[in-house]
Amino acid sequence: MKVLVPVKRVIDYNVKVRVKADGTGVDLANVKMSMNPFDEIAVEEAIRLKEAGKADEVVAVSIGVKQAQETLRTALAMGADRAILVVAADDVHTDIEPLAVAKILAAVVKEEEPGIVLCGKQAIDNDMNATGQMLSALLGWSQATFASELDIDGDSAKVTREVDGGLQTISVKMPTIVTVDLRLNEPRYASLPNIMKAKRKPLDEKTAADYGVDVTPRLEIVSTTEPEARAAGIKVDSVDDLIAKLKDAGAV
Amino acid sequence: MHFGLTDEQEMIVSTVRSFVENEIYPHEAMVERTGQVPHELGEEIKQKVIDLGFYACNFPEEVGGPGLSHLEFTLVERELGRGSMALTHFFGRPQNILMACNDEQRERYLLPAVRGERMDALAMTEPDAGSDVRGMKCQAVRDDGDWVINGSKHFISGAEHADFFIVFIATGVDDTPKGPKKRITTFLVDRGTPGFEVREGYNSVSHKGYKNYILYFDNCRLPDAQVLGEVDGGFDVMNEWLYATRLTVAAFSVGRARRCFDYALNYSAERKQFGQPIGKFQGVGFQIADMITEIDAADWLTLAAAWRLDQGLPSNREIASAKLYASETLARVTDTTLQIYGGMGLMDDFPIERFWRDARVERIWDGTSEIQRHIISRDLLRPLGA
Ligand SMILES: Cc1cc2nc3c(=O)[nH]c(=O)nc-3n(C[C@H](O)[C@H](O)[C@H](O)COP(=O)(O)OP(=O)(O)OC[C@H]3O[C@@H](n4cnc5c(N)ncnc54)[C@H](O)[C@@H]3O)c2cc1C
Repeated sequence: MKVLVPVKRVIDYNVKVRVKADGTGVDLANVKMSMNPFDEIAVEEAIRLKEAGKADEVVAVSIGVKQAQETLRTALAMGADRAILVVAADDVHTDIEPLAVAKILAAVVKEEEPGIVLCGKQAIDNDMNATGQMLSALLGWSQATFASELDIDGDSAKVTREVDGGLQTISVKMPTIVTVDLRLNEPRYASLPNIMKAKRKPLDEKTAADYGVDVTPRLEIVSTTEPEARAAGIKVDSVDDLIAKLKDAGAV
Repeated sequence: MHFGLTDEQEMIVSTVRSFVENEIYPHEAMVERTGQVPHELGEEIKQKVIDLGFYACNFPEEVGGPGLSHLEFTLVERELGRGSMALTHFFGRPQNILMACNDEQRERYLLPAVRGERMDALAMTEPDAGSDVRGMKCQAVRDDGDWVINGSKHFISGAEHADFFIVFIATGVDDTPKGPKKRITTFLVDRGTPGFEVREGYNSVSHKGYKNYILYFDNCRLPDAQVLGEVDGGFDVMNEWLYATRLTVAAFSVGRARRCFDYALNYSAERKQFGQPIGKFQGVGFQIADMITEIDAADWLTLAAAWRLDQGLPSNREIASAKLYASETLARVTDTTLQIYGGMGLMDDFPIERFWRDARVERIWDGTSEIQRHIISRDLLRPLGA
């Protein structure tokens, strides 16, 4: 079975985000970019499937600017076998919307015929949480979102999902789309031998046009603002005092 | 001219950076408080590094290392410089000098060191012989085909974890027109050799937990098989391999300076006095500007020296300049950052006071700043007959 893992190049989670002067988004020029942390978890899970003998090939795919190549190299250094880069924008500030990404992914899936697509549940840049679901709809495949456990058994997969108020375990038919949550695994560091090997692994470069997908944005960003500064806290003398204050504030 | 890193080099940097942030930073406060690294923690870090294939990453492929270039290894050292030295010691970079091992010594020392099975320490300095290495008193004399050693070494780092020691010992004196000159030989000494003892050293304010020890030799008998390189060839061995440690001090200093600078930058944007962030006062803002300028300069000086080594170009002076400038930059950056933090900078709630203390030794070990200036000036003036 082949595993397809879409990975997105996003602003590094350690970077202090600054809003661009014109309010169209955040400044991405000259800031550290990394693989979306949820996608890292997806890559890790794919490699573990391969190590467990349940998959025989892990293919990483990224859609975006040419620099997403670095993100793919990271996936290869972690242990993915090959990579596909779909260049769909020139400007690092252009975000390809989930529907366009899902359409390109659907085309890649038709070509690659994976048994499972492992996506991050969302990208930490715009938190859309939509691509996996849209891809499932476009392909007519089953989907299991927010996975914290994944167990593939023949032509079905048992997925534990993190939902409001607890865990839900469902069984889905293969092939399937699984979007992964934080607690599924702890991604590995790229080992030095794998970093050195990554360069020799194949990385195919395509464009959005190759798949006949129009990536023109459908959404318009009206404004972007800094989150409001947190108001200063207060110190309380005792637990009783704390409860009283919380009651006053209507929090308990 | 091309100043960029390759994708692989970027990944090496980001992997080592994440490793230091996730596996080293969380233990730093404990090491600082207790002044030591628990044995199991050291072993755990070492095992993770071995699993990642980064252990002994300063060694070539032919002996089981990854065969990084000098530049790549310098990038690794730079990122490690961010973390506590007591802990990053277990990231394992055995002394390059072990490449001088003969075939038989390879099996006993070099290969086990590269595999992480045996750790080493290097001993040159003595109470009466610091910068003046040739002034050493520790001596080996011939006896019945063996060497008998007497004397001591001090300030020996990493000795508590070392299974064997690379020791420079005087093996004779030559009369030269400039006066008597000691001949020096390098020996491999196993912990536990009769007549050889490792004792607790002094308490240093720099790098808590990275302790220094005193080595004593009392009629310690070593066979010829323990000589590394040629008898009386100690200086050849030093010249061929010791430049590497000076470059690592430069790289360490740059990495540490960058970590410290991030504190200074954020604090001057957040700390408000007189109704505005202190960074808005030109007196503070200009310090930020000077710091980053000097750090960038030190970084390029260091990487350029490493690059020269890779090209096989003469690099002795360039390495000395990098070591001198980077260690002195680190001193200024840590001191200025502490000043920007005001009184809070002195408190151990923040790592600034620790960066400031740690920085002090970088200008002293592996050749003091004065010795680096000596190397640089002699390199330039000697050819002119001065
Ligand atoms: C924490 C720590 C760990 C160490 N670890 C090791 C180790 O693992 N192995 C090891 O072998 N050594 C180690 N050292 C020793 C270190 O390399 C020496 O401290 C260093 O070489 C300086 O020697 P010294 O301290 O005896 O100072 P000295 O040589 O006595 O110097 C005193 C002063 O005189 C100056 N000076 C000396 N000669 C000249 C000159 N020709 N021109 C101008 N100025 C001069 C120096 O710059 C310095 O300011 C360590 C030192 C420390 C502090």
